[in-house]
Amino acid sequence: MKNSLSRNIFVVCNTIILLLIGFCSVAPIWHVFCASVSDPSQLLAYNGLLLKPLGNINFEGYRMALKNGSILKGYINTLIYVTASTTLGLAGSIVTAYALSRKDFMWKSQVTFLLAFTMLFNGGLIPTYLLVRNLKLLNTVWAIILPNCLSVYNIMILKTSFSSLPDGLVDAARIDGAGHFKTITSVVVPCSKGILSVIGLFYVVQNWNSWFHTAIYVTERKLYPLQLLLREIVIMNSKSGLELAGENGELSLSRELVKYAVIVISILPMMIVYPFIQRYFVSGVMLGSIKE
Amino acid sequence: MVKRKSFWERLKRDFKMNKAIYIMLLPVLIYFIMYHYVPMLGLVTAFQDYKIKLGYFKSPFVGLKHFDRFFGSMYFVRLLANTFAISLKDIFWSFPLTITFALLLNEVGSKRFKSVIQTVTYLPYFISMIVVCGLVMDFTKAGGMISSLVGLFTGSSDSLLTNPNYFQSIFVWSGIWQGLGYGTIIYISALAAINPELYEAAKIDGANRWKQTIHVTIPCLIPTIVVMLVLRIGSIMSVSYQKIILLYSPAVYEKADVISSYVYRVGLQEGTEYSFSTAVGLFQSVVNLILIVAANKISKKLTDSSLW
Repeated sequence: MKNSLSRNIFVVCNTIILLLIGFCSVAPIWHVFCASVSDPSQLLAYNGLLLKPLGNINFEGYRMALKNGSILKGYINTLIYVTASTTLGLAGSIVTAYALSRKDFMWKSQVTFLLAFTMLFNGGLIPTYLLVRNLKLLNTVWAIILPNCLSVYNIMILKTSFSSLPDGLVDAARIDGAGHFKTITSVVVPCSKGILSVIGLFYVVQNWNSWFHTAIYVTERKLYPLQLLLREIVIMNSKSGLELAGENGELSLSRELVKYAVIVISILPMMIVYPFIQRYFVSGVMLGSIKE
Repeated sequence: MVKRKSFWERLKRDFKMNKAIYIMLLPVLIYFIMYHYVPMLGLVTAFQDYKIKLGYFKSPFVGLKHFDRFFGSMYFVRLLANTFAISLKDIFWSFPLTITFALLLNEVGSKRFKSVIQTVTYLPYFISMIVVCGLVMDFTKAGGMISSLVGLFTGSSDSLLTNPNYFQSIFVWSGIWQGLGYGTIIYISALAAINPELYEAAKIDGANRWKQTIHVTIPCLIPTIVVMLVLRIGSIMSVSYQKIILLYSPAVYEKADVISSYVYRVGLQEGTEYSFSTAVGLFQSVVNLILIVAANKISKKLTDSSLW
């Protein structure tokens, strides 16, 4: 019965369907890669999905993007912001998750409620904006780094994971005279590398891709992260995003190319890091869905 | 019987023992109070005529004026209708598709092939909203790839994004593109947790793969599906407004504008009606809260699993 005709037909159809879904998932991304190294004049005339680069492969788009001061600056800004808020976010999450996973900590349930309630209800867009404004943080680095740096969701995942560490492990460290801080750095963190890399990835992705609060709080261009420049180039199509000096005639030609090159530059780090961490990733998402 | 220690004694003892925890937790608590609870106090703006110069304490109170204005305006019905339409369309398509995709993946014999498909379909989840919207605009512009495809049926390959009839579908389907693979994770794990003995028993009873799916796999998935569905319905009011703001234009406001994009527009982008937009936002937050709490209750009752 195992290899009946209908089963074989199903397997073939299933494989084809899954291949199609897989194709649809990567095709737009691959399209961007191809477009970014295509011949600019052919690219402008072409409207379909690219499966291979048009004309001769050239890296003109990347050259111009990297030569452009504001794009480079935006990239550096993004790197700084992501590093800072991920570090803060991870440190804060580890400490909080550790505190909440300690059975003997008196305020465990109160703190949990305080954090969890913010997932259900919040002040909303305008009061938060007014807060940042009243704190005089508009147009500062803090307005970019702080507002979303700690995620309750991530804290709860970590807490579940910390709670599942064998009791003896943490207690042994405590009996040996290690303080809470020492226990975290020498026992809890080394034993939770997998889940920490997932949480780290969650934070990196979130911070790397975030743009909305920055768009509200920051108007000064020299503070712009890459995503806001991308918005100008990709969505608004404004000239201010790219001052491609001295290329008037070819401006629209090169604009397309630069657009794709910047998209590639912006998603490349995610695409490179992700496969290494994928095996932890699924277990992390699962932990997030388990109820204590 | 041990005499229960007084609150202060316990606090003193806890503080002595967990001093380091208190110190480490303090910045985190300050952060949450600052960035989450202070803005909640700021909601008082909704009942004032807030002026930056006057601040929270001196701005005059106006009661429910802003709420009256919102409920009486044409926007109230339009925004609610759009919010619900977009969410329901999303639920209608993404739920069955995600579950079907998970079931199909589950039938794959080769581990290698399965993991390749999974890796590839999770990828779009990591791409930023801005890039996704950029791609959407590229493909749906006049003469763009998807516009041309649609043009084969309708005869015109005009821009789809500026057509009110297509906006919601574009919104929903670009979301499915981005979230389909990621959404299967939870179902795949639920499938992996099914007791293999159930399949053995079904086989002995003479059930083929199709019957096994109908009588074993799907019943085992039902609790997960119910929880996910209830929770999704609980968050029916929250449509990703970031994406709406990136994609919409005045031409499609009638179908694209949702509560949160409206709040952003009148409060920060085009106007500075802080109090009015806070009131509109507060209305949404309260409805949201009620829905989520209700959804959680229902989920608990139906399947014994819930968020809290």
